[in-house]
Amino acid sequence: MMMQRLPIIVFALVMAAIPFIPGMPPFWIVLLDNIGLAALVAMGLVLLTGVGGLTSFGQAAFCGFGAYTTAVLTTAYGVSPWLTLPASLLVSAIAAVVLGLVTVRLSGHYLPLGTIAWGIGLFYLFSKLEFLGRNDGISGIPPLTIGPLKMLDPGTIYFAIWIAVLIAALLTMNLLDSRTGRAIRALRRGHVAAEAFGVQTPRAKLLVFIYAAVLAGLSGWLYAHFQRAANPTPFGAQAGIEYLFIAVVGGAGYVWGGVLGAGIVVILKEILQSYLPYLFHGEGQLETIVFGILLVVLLQLAPTGVWPWLMTRLPFKPKRRPPDTSLTLPARKRTADVPAVLLQIDNARKQFGGVIAVNNVSFDVQAREIVALIGPNGAGKSTTFNLITGVLTSSGGTISVLGRNINNAPPQEVAKLGIARTFQHVKLVPDMSVLENVAIGAHLRGHAGAISSMLRLDRSDEARLLAEAARQIERVGLGDQIDALAGSLSLGQQRIVEIARALCVDPILLLLDEPAAGLRHMEKQQLATLLRQLRDGGMSVLLVEHDMGFVMDLADRIVVLDFGTKIAEGAPQAIKTNPEVIKAYLGAVA
Amino acid sequence: MLFLVQDGITNGAIYALLGLALVLVFAVTRVILIPQGEFVTYGALTYATLSAGQVPGTARLAVAMGVVAFGLDLFAGRRSLHPSLVGRAFAVNIILPVVILALTSWLAGRQTPIAINIALSLLIVAAIGLFLYRIAFQPIAHTSVLVLLIASVGCHLALQGFGLVFFGAEGQRGPTLSDAAFTVGPLRFSGQSVAVYAITVAFIIGLWLFFGFTLYGKALRATAVNRLGARLVGIRTTLSGQIAFLLASVIGAISGILIVPITTLYYDTGFLIGLKGFIAAIIGGLVSYPLTAIAALVVGSVEAFSSFYASNFKEVIVFTLILPVLVLRSLAAPAVEEEKD
Repeated sequence: MMMQRLPIIVFALVMAAIPFIPGMPPFWIVLLDNIGLAALVAMGLVLLTGVGGLTSFGQAAFCGFGAYTTAVLTTAYGVSPWLTLPASLLVSAIAAVVLGLVTVRLSGHYLPLGTIAWGIGLFYLFSKLEFLGRNDGISGIPPLTIGPLKMLDPGTIYFAIWIAVLIAALLTMNLLDSRTGRAIRALRRGHVAAEAFGVQTPRAKLLVFIYAAVLAGLSGWLYAHFQRAANPTPFGAQAGIEYLFIAVVGGAGYVWGGVLGAGIVVILKEILQSYLPYLFHGEGQLETIVFGILLVVLLQLAPTGVWPWLMTRLPFKPKRRPPDTSLTLPARKRTADVPAVLLQIDNARKQFGGVIAVNNVSFDVQAREIVALIGPNGAGKSTTFNLITGVLTSSGGTISVLGRNINNAPPQEVAKLGIARTFQHVKLVPDMSVLENVAIGAHLRGHAGAISSMLRLDRSDEARLLAEAARQIERVGLGDQIDALAGSLSLGQQRIVEIARALCVDPILLLLDEPAAGLRHMEKQQLATLLRQLRDGGMSVLLVEHDMGFVMDLADRIVVLDFGTKIAEGAPQAIKTNPEVIKAYLGAVA
Repeated sequence: MLFLVQDGITNGAIYALLGLALVLVFAVTRVILIPQGEFVTYGALTYATLSAGQVPGTARLAVAMGVVAFGLDLFAGRRSLHPSLVGRAFAVNIILPVVILALTSWLAGRQTPIAINIALSLLIVAAIGLFLYRIAFQPIAHTSVLVLLIASVGCHLALQGFGLVFFGAEGQRGPTLSDAAFTVGPLRFSGQSVAVYAITVAFIIGLWLFFGFTLYGKALRATAVNRLGARLVGIRTTLSGQIAFLLASVIGAISGILIVPITTLYYDTGFLIGLKGFIAAIIGGLVSYPLTAIAALVVGSVEAFSSFYASNFKEVIVFTLILPVLVLRSLAAPAVEEEKD
C-alpha cells in the first residue's frame, strides 16, 4: 500500500515545496496555477474519453458553468466564495445531467460532434446573457479567504489549486480501481460484454460524464477566484479543443497523463507565444499553426500519449498485492427443488429483414446437463445465444428460465437470473489484467457505488470480488497469467478467461460460444474435464462448438440447427448417424 | 417574411454544399473534416486576393505542402523506388503546385477575367486539400474515428493560423460572378444567388450520378463500407481518400467563392460556416445526401429567421437546433456494437 502511494506523496511534497524555493520567479507560479487548472479538466477528460471512450469537445463549457455560478453568486448576491463551491459543482453536474441524457447515448462520432455543437451554443449563450455580463463578463469576484488569509496572489491560490488537483487525482484513481471503475473501463470496448454481466452501461456513461463535468466545474470555480473575473473567451470551442488535446498529449487513458499533458501543453504554449514572434517576425497566431502541426505529428508518432511512453521506460514495475482468496462471496440462492427444465425455448424466431436467422426453434436445457448446439456456419447458433441473453430481441416465440418468461428482458436482467455467457468473438478489455477482466463477471455480486469507491469505503466488498475472480482464474487453470494483460494472451487462453469471467456470475446456466476454438489438444481435454466438473457440481452448460470430437465426447444431448431450423435432437450417438445431419454437413448423399 | 425565406435558402444552399462534402469525406475516410471551413475561407480569400491583383499566400502553402507530401511519398515507397513511382510523385507533388504558383505570380497585377481567377483559386485549394490528406491523414488512415477527429482538429488549427498569416485579420469581399438581377413578384433575385442555387443543385445531382453510376464512385463507396475488403478487390484506398479530399476541398472553395461577394469573410469565418454545414450533415446522419441537403435548408432558414427576430441569440439557436435532432437520433438509433481502436 505504502509503495503504491509513495510516488504520489513525493509528488505532493515537491509541489508543496516549489513556492518556497528562493528566487522562484512569480511568473512560474502563475504557469503552475494554469497547469493545475487545466489538469483538473484534463483528468475528467481522461476518465471520460481515454477510459470511457466518450469524446467531448465541450468540457470548457462546464468550466464556464462553474466560473459563472460563483461569479454571479459572489458579486450580485454577496455569497461567500466557499459557499459557492458546492453551488458551482452542482450547477455543472445538473448541466451535465441534462446534456448527458441527450448526448451520451449517441454512438461513435455523433458524440464528439454533438459536444462541439452544444459547446459552441453555450459559449454564445454565455456571451449574450445580460446577467452574465455579455462579452465583458463579470469582474470584481472576491478572492478565496481562509480566516485572515486572502488568496490574492498566484502564490497562495497555488495551494488551493494543487490540493484540488491531488485530491481529484486520488479520487479518480480510487474510482478506476474499483467495481464501478471496471465497469467504466469496459465501456470503451463496446457495451455488449459489460451488459452481459449486469453493468448498466447508460448509467455508467452518464456517471463519467457528470464526474468529468464536476471536475471541470471545480476548475472553473478556482479559475474565477484566481482571475477574480469571468468572461466567455476561456469557455469557448477553442478551449474545449485544447483540453482534449492536453488529455491526448499526456495519455488519454491515464490520470497522471492528464497532469503531465497539462504541463507540456501550457508550457509549450507559453514558449511558443513568447519566442515564435522573434523567430518569424510575424504577426498573427503563429502558435496555433505550430500547435496544430505538432498535434498531427504527435498523433502519427505516439497515438497513446507521453505518459505510457514514460512508464514503459521505468526500471521497476508497480506490483499489486495478490488477492486474499480466503474471502468468499455469498453464493446464489438455489431453490432446493430445482425444476428439471432450466431453460425452455419455445418456437423462438428471429428475422433480420427478409432473412430468417432462427426459425421457430424449440429445445430445452435440463438441470445438470451439457447440451451442445451444433450446425454449419450461418445456422443461427450465435443468434440463438443472443436471443437467450437478451442481446437481440426475438421476433416471436418464448424463452423461459426456471419457468419464468424472460422474453426480451435486457441482458442485465438475464444475468441476474444466473445465466452467464462467453462470446464467439472474444470481448475482453485488452489493456486490463486478467484479474480485472474476470472481476467484471462478479459485478452483480458487489454493491459498492461510485462515491464509496472514490472514498475507499469499498475495500471489503472489493477484496471479496477480487478473491472470487482469483479463485475462478485458478479453477480454469490460468493462475500464472492472473496479472497479465488480457490482450497479451493467446486467443485460446482469452476464451478461457471469458469462461472464468462467466463463472464469476455464479451461474446456474453457462452459455459457451465456441469455447474450444484455438485450443490445443491438451487444453481441450482440460476444458472438457472442467465442464464435466461444473455439471457434476450442479451447473448446466449450453455450448456452441464446431469441434465434433470435443462435442460428441462431452455433450449429454445435441441440438442440430441448419439454416435457422432445428433438424435433429438427441444423444451424440444418434446424432452421428442421423441422415439429416450428415446431409446438412456434407451435402446430399449422391 | 418571404425575403427571410429567400435569405435562408441562399445560406442553406451553401450549408448544403458543405454538408455534402462532409458526408462524402466521412463516408470514404471516416475523417470528420473540421478543416472544411478553412477550405471555404481559403477559396473565398484566395479568389478575393487574386481579384485584387496579388499573389495569395495559399499558392505558396500548396508548394510547401507538396514538398512535404513528396518527402512522405518517397519515404513510404523507399523499399521500391521505381522511376515511374518517383516520377508520378514528383509530377503531382512538386510540378503541379509549382506550375500553379508560377501561373498566379505571372498573372498577378494583370487584368484577369473572373473565370480564370476562379479556376486558379479552385486549383490552389484543391492541391491543398489533396496534400492535406496525404500528409495528415493517409499515415493514420487505419486508426479510430477519434484519432482521425483529433488530427482533423489539429489541421483546422494550423490552417486557420496560416489563414491569418496569408490574409490578415481584416475581412475581404470578392467581385460578384454576375451583376444581373431580376424580380419575381415581391422578391428580387440577384445573379449571385441564382448561381448559388444552380451550383448547389448541380453538385447534388453530380454527386448522385458519380456515386451511383461510375466505377470510381462505387469504389469510393466500397472503401467507405469496408477498407480491407475494398483493398482485397483491388481498390486503392489511398486513392479513394485523395479523391474524397479533392472533392471536398473543391466544394469548399466553390462555396467560399459563391459567398464572398455576398458577405465579408474573415480568416476565421470558415469555422462557423463549416460547423453549420456539420449540423446539416449530422441531421442527415452523415450518410444521406438528400436528407443533408434538406437539413441544410432548414438550418439556413432558422438562421435567417433568428437573426431577424432574436439576432443576439442567432448562434445559440442554430447550435441548439442540433439537440432535439440528437435526442431523436439517440432514441431511434439501434444499440449497435462498435469495435473501436
